Amino acid sequence: MPKVLVDGQPIEVNEGENLLEACLNAGLDLPYFCWHPAMGSVGSCRQCAVVQYQSDEDTNGRIVMGCMTEVKEGARFSLETENAVQFREAIIESLMLNHPHDCPVCSEGGECHLQDMTVMVGHRDRRYTGKKNTHRNQYLGPLINHEMNRCITCYRCERFYKDYAGGKDFGAQASRDRVFFGRQTDGVLESEFSGNLVEVCPTGVFTDKPFLAHYSRKWDLQSAPSICTGCGVGCNTAPGERYGRLKRIHNRYNYDINGYFICDRGRFGAGYVNNKERIDYAGLREVDGSYSAIRHENALATAGQWLNDKRVVGIGSPRASLESNFLLKHWLGPANFSSGLSDAEGPGMKQLIKVLSTTKANVPSVRQMQSADAILILGEDVANTAPRISLALRQAVRNKSFSMAEEAGIPEWQDAAVRNLGQDELSPLIIVTSSESRLDNIASHIYSLSPDAIADFGFSLAARLDGSDIEDEMVCGVADILSQASRPLVVSGIGSFSPDILSSAAKVADSLSNLNKKAMLSLCVSESNSMGVAMLSDEHTLSLASVMEQLDDIDTLVILENDLSRRLDRSALQKLSESKVNIIALDVIENSTLNRASMVLPAASFAESEGSLVNFEGRAQRYFPVFEPARDRLPSWHWLIKLASLDNDNKLSALACFDDVVSLLADSDKKWEEIVKVAPGQTFRDRGQKIPRQTHRYSGRTAMNASVSVHEPPQPKDNETALAYSMEGLNRDQPSTLSPYVWSPGWNSNHSVQKFQSKVDGQHKNQTPGIILISSNQNGFGESVSYERTGALEANNWTLIPIACIHGSEELSSYTKEIAELSGNAFIAISEDAANALGVLDGDGLQVIGGSAEISLEVRVVDRMAEGCVGYSVGYEETLSLAPGQTVRLAKDASWIRSKPHLIATDGASEASLGESLYV
Amino acid sequence: MMEALIQTDLASVLTNEETAAIDAELEHVPYKSGAAIDALKIVQSKRGWISDECLTAISKHLEMSVDELEGIATFYNLIYRKPVGEKVILFCDSVSCWICGCEDAKEKVSKVLNIGYGETTADNKYTLLPVPCLGACDRAPVMMVGDELITNLDDAKIEATFSQSLLSEDY
Ligand code: SF4
Ligand code: SF4
Ligand code: FES
Ligand code: FES
Repeated sequence: MPKVLVDGQPIEVNEGENLLEACLNAGLDLPYFCWHPAMGSVGSCRQCAVVQYQSDEDTNGRIVMGCMTEVKEGARFSLETENAVQFREAIIESLMLNHPHDCPVCSEGGECHLQDMTVMVGHRDRRYTGKKNTHRNQYLGPLINHEMNRCITCYRCERFYKDYAGGKDFGAQASRDRVFFGRQTDGVLESEFSGNLVEVCPTGVFTDKPFLAHYSRKWDLQSAPSICTGCGVGCNTAPGERYGRLKRIHNRYNYDINGYFICDRGRFGAGYVNNKERIDYAGLREVDGSYSAIRHENALATAGQWLNDKRVVGIGSPRASLESNFLLKHWLGPANFSSGLSDAEGPGMKQLIKVLSTTKANVPSVRQMQSADAILILGEDVANTAPRISLALRQAVRNKSFSMAEEAGIPEWQDAAVRNLGQDELSPLIIVTSSESRLDNIASHIYSLSPDAIADFGFSLAARLDGSDIEDEMVCGVADILSQASRPLVVSGIGSFSPDILSSAAKVADSLSNLNKKAMLSLCVSESNSMGVAMLSDEHTLSLASVMEQLDDIDTLVILENDLSRRLDRSALQKLSESKVNIIALDVIENSTLNRASMVLPAASFAESEGSLVNFEGRAQRYFPVFEPARDRLPSWHWLIKLASLDNDNKLSALACFDDVVSLLADSDKKWEEIVKVAPGQTFRDRGQKIPRQTHRYSGRTAMNASVSVHEPPQPKDNETALAYSMEGLNRDQPSTLSPYVWSPGWNSNHSVQKFQSKVDGQHKNQTPGIILISSNQNGFGESVSYERTGALEANNWTLIPIACIHGSEELSSYTKEIAELSGNAFIAISEDAANALGVLDGDGLQVIGGSAEISLEVRVVDRMAEGCVGYSVGYEETLSLAPGQTVRLAKDASWIRSKPHLIATDGASEASLGESLYV
Repeated sequence: MMEALIQTDLASVLTNEETAAIDAELEHVPYKSGAAIDALKIVQSKRGWISDECLTAISKHLEMSVDELEGIATFYNLIYRKPVGEKVILFCDSVSCWICGCEDAKEKVSKVLNIGYGETTADNKYTLLPVPCLGACDRAPVMMVGDELITNLDDAKIEATFSQSLLSEDY
């Protein structure tokens, strides 16, 4: 390791890094603004100034920017020389000229990088007494608040939003001290990563709007390590609570998955936890159909009558924890367990697991995906089904410019130089999907094919890579590109609900591996625990269809956190409503399945309970309760133990706590053995103490409920996990899986994460090794191909393609007010040609007729759509009766009333001018 | 349908002549966005300034987002995002001119035309803007009125320059 001298002290540095990184790695506090560990350096803020000496004789040295200076063996620097110290203070003072110093009313206060840096440079007294700039703030939608006066023009927001996340509707405007960061006009930020501005901006310009409406300081939040339940990627999050309310969600650094960034569904989609429609008490359905809230002891007494000596079937859920699903299966027996996956998804998930267990390719983490030098996407709209992965793919296509930079001798962190050199030279990204996607704008090749044709394409491509003679030019072209790559990545998934597409992706990845490539294969899944529940399924597991068939032979159904209206067709739902079966439904929020239930048990949400989720790679991760479940809510695993205890033959009697459940799961089958290593159990102590959920500055603990009662309530005890509802204890070097929030002396903002990393942008100092539960035998997928193909369609017959929407398709997040606002109407997506043929325009109505469905949906004209296909927004109330792959007919709905166009005017004047120019 | 309406309207904002001139510039750049400044100048030369509608139309033509083009348009002080008078007065307030007394000259201009920086005369003839150095320091103080450079400014020269306006405004 090379060494450099900093203020006379030798420090070890990593080859090729810059001095700022080296200093941070050495634990030195060098202030900075524009540099970001994931976005590199541009040297624009001038905050990280140090003095560099040219030779041993040089005693004056000169000021250089730490973030722009590559470390070289023997180089000599000073952070503490008067010159450097003064320079850095002067920079802060100049930034302060226009900064409003409104910390007391700023929601960044207490976790503000500008505050930290100001204190760090020792700048205390402001000399400037003149006027400050006042900007007009913009309306940026329901998620992000804009307070432009606080800007210090570090340009990070622009670099994240445009350069890193590929957003277009944002940028720097004007020049000098009038620079403004925002949109051209007011309006909702389009990028699904806009929420990261909250954490990327070192000041309070962009802040979390829903949080602002119910604000608490960071130091007053109680936090716990958590996992996002928005999709199957499993990003790590740090939710914060106060007064029994889930206040906000921050990114929680995870080296392998999300790094520093999460998507807006993850950040803002958990507001449903505070929704009024949450279930508080057990409910019993009366003869007249109404519900009465009952004490949970009474509920259990009644449930006992429905369970003993009865045939009880349990329906699990891809959004419930592994432990809850497992207990349900273990209690009722494999033959009485259904995974709760829809019949469209179940077989696909089975296929997906088979692929992952046999593939010759590597199954990469999200970070590893970023190393790909050519990417093929087969049938998956990644930006909507696994948003964080699409952000990684956006970085992967830059590998071309990174290799150009390497040739030119430019380090990767020289962000502006690398981008300037690379321009729009991107590594190949080949997208083969049915409809448009937000990644289209960085793709080198785009093909729109029906799901069947995508599978065929994949199979021919694999054959071509194996050396077969294939005529198709498109296939040969793609084969050439992939065979020239050294780290090709194939991305597919369950999004098209087509097992064939998964097989074809498996084939391509195997063929690439055979060519001696470090090939990677990544398969997206739809929900946070689809993988877990699919892995729990075995040959006895009932499909939902077979549960419905057997309904007459079933006395009691236990439905675990699953709204079946999203998974069953109408006739099955009808049958369920009419049957005599007793339904005990556990769930977090009111839904139509609860309305059919005989008894409802209030389940704790992810924020009030513990559990494990298995992500798309087969990686198991643990989330912990952020706060105690209120009222009669209990974690589902706890309810299930209570229910099982009513059974004369109680299979769960030995279970006293959550760790017991985990151990039982680990012992139940070899594939779960490692589950105990996912996170330390509740006996873990750091220096004799549990890990505190509260910061050491947590204020008003004994007084915050004084408006309700002046008696000091005892702190709740956590008997299930290694975390405490307390300020006492250390949050410093415990295992990464137990890290509730980041804070370090002098570093109050999320930048303190570097104090928890082994090196800048590296693993956590005390990284809990990732537990991947699926390992491949590397034999290859090897299945002979036999699949059915939809024949040619008659005129005006269309194949339905499911279109996932980042906001609106996921079940629980849709119960969040802000997400509902962004979801828009359910739609039918058609190509321009189809729109012309059907005589409709964007926003008109189309009748969709097929099977039991006859509904009208709003038309969305899309840039591309496979021949013979139309898309529909999945997961919307209106489209629940539609199924992927179904054939439908379309007709213009003459009675459709168009919803009014949304016109957001910046002010009266422009409203008037817009009105004139557009609508006259 | 609204979307359709908006598009047709904006497409017609650029005249054929403007579109042709922009397309000629596009020949010389590797990326369409590379012609952004030229396109703005072309449209401004015909219309005096860049309206929101023009901005959107140009951005569509160059396949950029309007937000990106706005960043460029507002960065350069000679691209006008508000209507200006028939002639723009670029009044130098940089060092050489300052040493040679440009502050007094500026006062004179303001008094004669009854406008300050950033303002336009009531008859819409002139807009007064500050500019840092016109490259004519040897003849400071200087200003440009439209395309004409007027050097060694003094009260008489200023009055002479604007005599037309003076007469019409009964100065
Ligand atoms: S808004 Fe924030 S991130 Fe953007 S330039 Fe200003 S201070 Fe930096
Ligand atoms: S990508 Fe998925 S897991 Fe990650 S934050 Fe978004 S919804 Fe959550
Ligand atoms: S962090 Fe080095 S110049 Fe901004
Ligand atoms: S300073 Fe005025 S022309 Fe140079």
